[in-house]
Amino acid sequence: MVDPSLSGRTFPPTAPHDVTADHVRAFAEATGSSWAEGDPAPPTYPIVVAFAAMQDLMQDPEVGIELRHVIHGEQRFAYERPVVAGDVLTATLTVESLRQRGGADFIGTSSAVTDADGALVCTAKATLIHTAGAE
Amino acid sequence: MSREAGTELPTQRFTVTRAALVAYAEASGDHNPIHQDEEVARSVGLPGVIAHGMYTLALAARAADTWAGAPGRVVELGAKFTKPVVVPAGDDGVEVVVAGVVKKVDDGLTTVGMTVTCGDDKVLGMPTVVLRG
Repeated sequence: MVDPSLSGRTFPPTAPHDVTADHVRAFAEATGSSWAEGDPAPPTYPIVVAFAAMQDLMQDPEVGIELRHVIHGEQRFAYERPVVAGDVLTATLTVESLRQRGGADFIGTSSAVTDADGALVCTAKATLIHTAGAE
Repeated sequence: MSREAGTELPTQRFTVTRAALVAYAEASGDHNPIHQDEEVARSVGLPGVIAHGMYTLALAARAADTWAGAPGRVVELGAKFTKPVVVPAGDDGVEVVVAGVVKKVDDGLTTVGMTVTCGDDKVLGMPTVVLRG
């Protein structure tokens, strides 16, 4: 079980992520979409930095949960503006809630995705369900 | 896109393959082996390799961009991941169907309630998108 004191903790910002045209195209094409230079990135693109923030949370020595025992329970985005190629994004994750139910941890997170100027681009809220695993 | 509550939006169909999940893992950074490896997926109690929840949400978002007529108009997007999308090996993959109905039009914002299904299962819980303009 995850330490209840995790609730309320804010993690350091993720390493800056350069949003390149090639990466936006690869992300769009992976979901069967097309992308043209100058278009905004697909709406779910900010998950790239939000997921990096979630990985930092999971790999934190005081948390230490294995990705394979984690189910993504819920995801919400609220956008201030679309992401565009040329953006440099970081995500700062806060654990908003933590509850234990049926042998699983339900970790409610909120990541502020900001640009190079520090302006908010979107807020990405995720619920991670950690099942303890067999080991 | 019609701006009237109750309007049903054209249903869109997408195919998800294992190869696409590999490409998505690379692009998104989510290398959870339950999306690649049958043995690992079964070892954690899943029926087989499943799509990333975010892959399915990306399909819903893609449908929303198509409904909006242009990219960049999504101001809110969200869902619960209620049922897994099991993706069989091979090129045929599995079909995900995205339908939607306009729930509300208010202050230049259109709220669409989506229904995202795979086979008989609703795979997303209350998928909702809010579009501007």
